Amino acid sequence: MMKNVEKCMAGTLAWVDKRFPLTANIKAHLTEYYAPKNFNFWYFFGSLALLVLVLQIVTGIFLTMHYKPDANLAFGSVEYIMRDVSWGWLIRYMHSTGASMFFVVVYLHMFRGLIYGSYRAPRELIWLFGVGIFLVLMGEAFFGYLLPWGQMSYWGAQVIINLFTSIPFIGPDVSEWLRGDYVVSDATLNRFFAFHVIALPLVLLALVVAHLIALHEVGSNNPDGIEIKEKKDPKTHIPLDGIPFHPYYTVKDIVGVSVFLIVFSAILFFAPEMGGYFLEANNFIPADPLQTPAHIAPVWYFTPYYSILRAVPPIFNSQFPGVAAMGLSVVIFALLPWLDRSPVKSIRYRGALYKKWLALFVISFIVLGYLGTKPSNVWGVFDASTWIVGGVDRATVVARIFTLTYFLFFILMPWYTKKDKTKPVPERVTV
Amino acid sequence: MANQPVDQGKRRFLIAATTAVGGVAAAAVAVPFISSMLPSARARAAGAPVEVDVSKIEPGAMVTVEWRGKPVWVVNLTDDMAKTLSGHDENLTDPKLEVTSQQPEYCKNPTRSIRPNLMVMEGVCTHLGCSPSPKLQPGGDMGGDWQGGFFCPCHGSKFDLAGRVFKGSPAPTNLVVPPHKYLSDAILLIGEHSEGAA
Repeated sequence: MMKNVEKCMAGTLAWVDKRFPLTANIKAHLTEYYAPKNFNFWYFFGSLALLVLVLQIVTGIFLTMHYKPDANLAFGSVEYIMRDVSWGWLIRYMHSTGASMFFVVVYLHMFRGLIYGSYRAPRELIWLFGVGIFLVLMGEAFFGYLLPWGQMSYWGAQVIINLFTSIPFIGPDVSEWLRGDYVVSDATLNRFFAFHVIALPLVLLALVVAHLIALHEVGSNNPDGIEIKEKKDPKTHIPLDGIPFHPYYTVKDIVGVSVFLIVFSAILFFAPEMGGYFLEANNFIPADPLQTPAHIAPVWYFTPYYSILRAVPPIFNSQFPGVAAMGLSVVIFALLPWLDRSPVKSIRYRGALYKKWLALFVISFIVLGYLGTKPSNVWGVFDASTWIVGGVDRATVVARIFTLTYFLFFILMPWYTKKDKTKPVPERVTV
Repeated sequence: MANQPVDQGKRRFLIAATTAVGGVAAAAVAVPFISSMLPSARARAAGAPVEVDVSKIEPGAMVTVEWRGKPVWVVNLTDDMAKTLSGHDENLTDPKLEVTSQQPEYCKNPTRSIRPNLMVMEGVCTHLGCSPSPKLQPGGDMGGDWQGGFFCPCHGSKFDLAGRVFKGSPAPTNLVVPPHKYLSDAILLIGEHSEGAA
């Protein structure tokens, strides 16, 4: 009996394989894709990002079954999902928590790339596709945040679309075109819905596929930053330090998934609003085009960039420099493969100079992120008699210092990575 | 036929011509799609002017009306409030109203208004489009130096009662004075220019 079932399965597989390379693909990407054997904690976040992507798509599909992208109905339809739709609150909180956790996972994933030099040759394209994914993800988060049509949705969109107004010459026309109206209105909500549920997810999926194809072409980096393909078994041509992704890393990733889901569920069930950081209190008030909330701030994952926007003062009566600095602070990640001139990839073999700059960058990112959640007068004003900075908000001065540090991490990178005293890299990976 | 060598020149020409024609077609097709995102005829029609009965605004009070979806403030200044509009030019970014896009020609005067006591301006911060909060009375939570005006909660821009921005604010220019005219002593029409102006 069992023998017959197995025979039938094998026959079906052979039939499929003649028409579609199923077995070949499973081999190329799972059972015979050789990943370095020394992956550590930091290597959980790629597969976790994929998990959250699936979670967002599935919960998103079910939310669109009840949501109404109409300025008169949107706010009510979200409350309807929360109160009247069976389990609607769970699906909505999964989606809103998923958005924040997506950024947690992606930031940690990017940090991994930073410390182990995963962006270095020959992985520049993996990194560029990744930066693309990050940009689209920011777009997804921004467009999605308008949909509940609360006060923060409305005024957040108003502020961000107005950033485009500062582009010289064409700015006002561009922002009117983006809104489809003279103010953020029903037309804006409707198109943001289209971008959020169809346009950007398609681009995102395409970029994720490209990210993985490029990764599987060159092979994964590892905490030692050693190319495992350079040391292969002469007979099998399998990297000596490689192990098949399945079953070794699929099983390892299941552990990561379990821990992640425990954290995710704890937030989901006990603190879905995360004290106003994941869902802001003002967004439980319907959008009012005539009344700006007393304090508006973006959701936490945008605050470092928002701080940079606020920190740069207007030059020649134009706010464009601030807007440009904010844009640059995101896009500049794309240049990393060409800014880093170190002979080694991994932080394990770098010298103290690089580590100091990386620490400064992380501190800048966190301080800017914190300041972005607060009004600019949070720490009061410098005494009028203070040298140079008299009468300026203390927080603004601090944000300016850290904005400068943030950019210096990138701008000075060719210099300090070259000058840094590196350690010798071993021939084979260390476990 | 099959033995003839490939004419590379002809092949390059055909590839270039096909690409160019295809590119023009793609660009032409993009026009309706991009245009469809501009404000629709209905959105443009909704920008119709609105009337305000200014005789019902007490001195020292302010009303907010909606025009093109934006808040427009009408402030009836008391004599004391009107006095605060002079004598602080050195603290203003653009006291001489040199950025002409911010007010119509007929409001290019010291009070930026047609009638010296009736201020009409869009309640939209020129920084990033938040709606500033009226802080019409001197002092209060704005501190002792405050003479009355508007404060934007988003990024801390400050304006005087005529909507002129104070130096040191993130907002680069004064608040916009929308096109408006008086149909009679009491009726103000927002959205149409005064006679004689474009």
